[in-house]
Amino acid sequence: MADSRIYSAAALSARAALAGVEPEPGVLKHDSILHVKGVERHFGGITAVNVDQLDIQRGSITALIGPNGAGKTTLFNVLTGFDPPDAGKWQFDGTEMSKVSAHKMAVKGMVRTFQLTKSLTKLSVIENMKLGAIDQVGESWWNALFPLRWKAQEAIVEKRADELLSRFTMGHMRDEYAGTLSGGQRKLLEMARALMTQPRLVMLDEPMAGVNPALKQSLNEHIRSLRDEGMTILFIEHDMDMVHDISDWVVVMSEGRIIAEGTPAQISENTSVIEAYLGAHQGNTMFEEKH
Amino acid sequence: MDWIRIFENTMRAFAGVDAAYFALAAIGLNVQFGYTGLLNFGQAAFMACGAYGLGLTSQYFNVSFWWGIPIAMVLVIILALLVGIPTLRLRADYLAIVTIATAELVRLVVRSVKFKRIFGGSDGINTFSNEFRALNPFQPSAQYGIWPFRYNGYTMFTLLVGWGLVVMIAMFVWLLMRSPWGRVVKAIREDEDAVRSLGKNIYSYKMQSLIIGGFCGMLSGMVFALDRGSVQPDNYSRDVTFYILTALVLGGMARVMGSIVGPMMFWGLYVFCDNFLRQLVQSAPLRVGGVTIIQSTQVGAVNYMLVGLGLILLMAKRPQGVFGNRQEMALDGR
Repeated sequence: MADSRIYSAAALSARAALAGVEPEPGVLKHDSILHVKGVERHFGGITAVNVDQLDIQRGSITALIGPNGAGKTTLFNVLTGFDPPDAGKWQFDGTEMSKVSAHKMAVKGMVRTFQLTKSLTKLSVIENMKLGAIDQVGESWWNALFPLRWKAQEAIVEKRADELLSRFTMGHMRDEYAGTLSGGQRKLLEMARALMTQPRLVMLDEPMAGVNPALKQSLNEHIRSLRDEGMTILFIEHDMDMVHDISDWVVVMSEGRIIAEGTPAQISENTSVIEAYLGAHQGNTMFEEKH
Repeated sequence: MDWIRIFENTMRAFAGVDAAYFALAAIGLNVQFGYTGLLNFGQAAFMACGAYGLGLTSQYFNVSFWWGIPIAMVLVIILALLVGIPTLRLRADYLAIVTIATAELVRLVVRSVKFKRIFGGSDGINTFSNEFRALNPFQPSAQYGIWPFRYNGYTMFTLLVGWGLVVMIAMFVWLLMRSPWGRVVKAIREDEDAVRSLGKNIYSYKMQSLIIGGFCGMLSGMVFALDRGSVQPDNYSRDVTFYILTALVLGGMARVMGSIVGPMMFWGLYVFCDNFLRQLVQSAPLRVGGVTIIQSTQVGAVNYMLVGLGLILLMAKRPQGVFGNRQEMALDGR
C-alpha cells in the first residue's frame, strides 16, 4: 500500500508498539487497556461469541472486522455490559469489568456507540451532548430542585459540549432537535456525545454505516484525532477502505472466534481471513485491489 | 334554554375541584408518561393510596388526620416498588399491563368484605374529614367568589387547597424538568440503551419517576376524598385513569401547563355538554320528524358521545394537544 500520509506522533508510537507483536489470534500486547479472557455467549444452541483471549493496545486504533454474523456486535454488547456472558472475564485498565453493570462502564471510562444510531430525537443537539457528562450534581432529583447547586457545573458542561460540537462541525445545529439531523450527522452526534463522558476507551459499532463519502473522510479524521489525544479506539467496520486507512491493528472474527490479528498489511495477506470472508478456495481478490 | 345557567355551570366546572384533582393526577401521569415514557395505567391506584391513607387514620389507626399524609406516602412507595421492581427492567408495555391489573386489584381488595374493618368495604370510609373541616376559614353554607365562579364555603376551602397543591406541584415538576434530572428522564423516554451507555442508572430514574408521579396521584386522591368527605372504592376504577390520561393528552404531553389546562378543559367540556343536553330535553324529548333523538334518561350516555366527539375533533386539529409542540410530535415518525 502506497502510504504517503504524514503520521502523528501518537500514530507512530501506536504502530511502533504493535510492530513487534506477532500477528496471531489472541496475542498479548505490550501495554493493554482491555484484556478479554475466555468470553462466551450462547443463544440457544448457537455460539455467538467464543473468544479465548483478546488484548487491545493502549492508544491504538483497533479495527474489529469479520463477515456478517461473526459475533462482533455481540462481543461489544457483552464487553459493555448490555448482554450477560455465559462465561469469561475481562479487565479494563486492570479493573475487573465482568460483573460491572452497563451504566457503570461509562463512569469507569469505557464508552460505546451503537450500530443503529441512538440519537435522542426529541432533545436538542446540545441537550444530547450535555446528557453525556457524568457525575452531574443536578442529576439527583433532590439537587435538581435547587438550580444554584448545579448551575455552575451545567455551565462548564455546556462549554465542553459546545467545544466538542464545533470540533465536529455541528455548532450551528446546537439548538435543533436531534430528530431533524441526517443519518451521518446523527453518527457524528452520537460519537461526540460519547466523548462527553471523557472516556479512555471508545468503542464504535460501525461508525461509517450509512454515512456519505465526504462525511466519512471527516469521521476518519475525528477518530484519528481521538487517538492523538490519547484515547484508545476499538471499532467494528465493514468498510475496508476505512479499516486500512486508519487502523493500527486489525482483529478478525468469524463464527464467534478470533481467527486472525495483525497490522492492516498483515491481515490483507492472511489466507484464513480471505477464506472466512469468501469461503475456502475462493481466490484472493478482496485485498488484492489495495496493493 | 337558559344559556346563562349553562355558562355559569361550565365556568364553575372549569375551575372546580374535579378539575383540580384531575390536574394533580395528570401532572403525575405527565411525569411518568409524558416525560419518562412510563405507561402507567394505574394512576387510580395511586389516588386510592392517598384517599385511603386519609381514611385509615379514622377507620383503623384512630389517629389525627394529619397522619394520613405519611401513611399515604408509605402506601405509594410500597405500591410503586411492587409494580416497578418486576417491570421497570422490561419494555414499557409490561408496566402498562401490570399497573392496570394492580389498580383493579387495589380496588377489589379495599372493597372486599374480608377487609371491611380496615378499608370499610364497598361503603368506604367517611369519618376522617372532621379535623379538615375544622380548619375551614369560610362559612360552609355561605357563597363565596365572583360571578360566575361562585362556590359554597366548604367547596371554596377544598378549591383553595386543591389549586394551591396544583400550583406547588406544578412548580416542583417544572423545576425538575428543566434540570439535568429532567434531561435524563426525557432521554430515557427516547432511548434507554443510549442513556445507559452514557453512565446513567435508568432503572433508578424510572423508579424515581414512578414514585414522584405516584405522589402527585396521592395528593389528587386526597383532595378528592376531602372534597367528598368520603372514600369510596369505586371512585378509583379504571375509567378514572383513562379520563385523566385523556385530559392530559388534551392539554399536551410533556408540558407542565398542558397537564393543568387539559383537565380544566375536559371538565368544562363535560359539564357544558351535560347541561346543554339536560336543558334540551328538560320538558320533552327531542324529536326530529317522528323520530325521538334523545330523551332525559339518555343524557348521560349521549353526553359521553359528545365529549368523545369533541376530543376527536380537537385531536384531529391539534394532535399535540393545546400546549404540546407540533414539531416535537412530528419527530415520532422518524
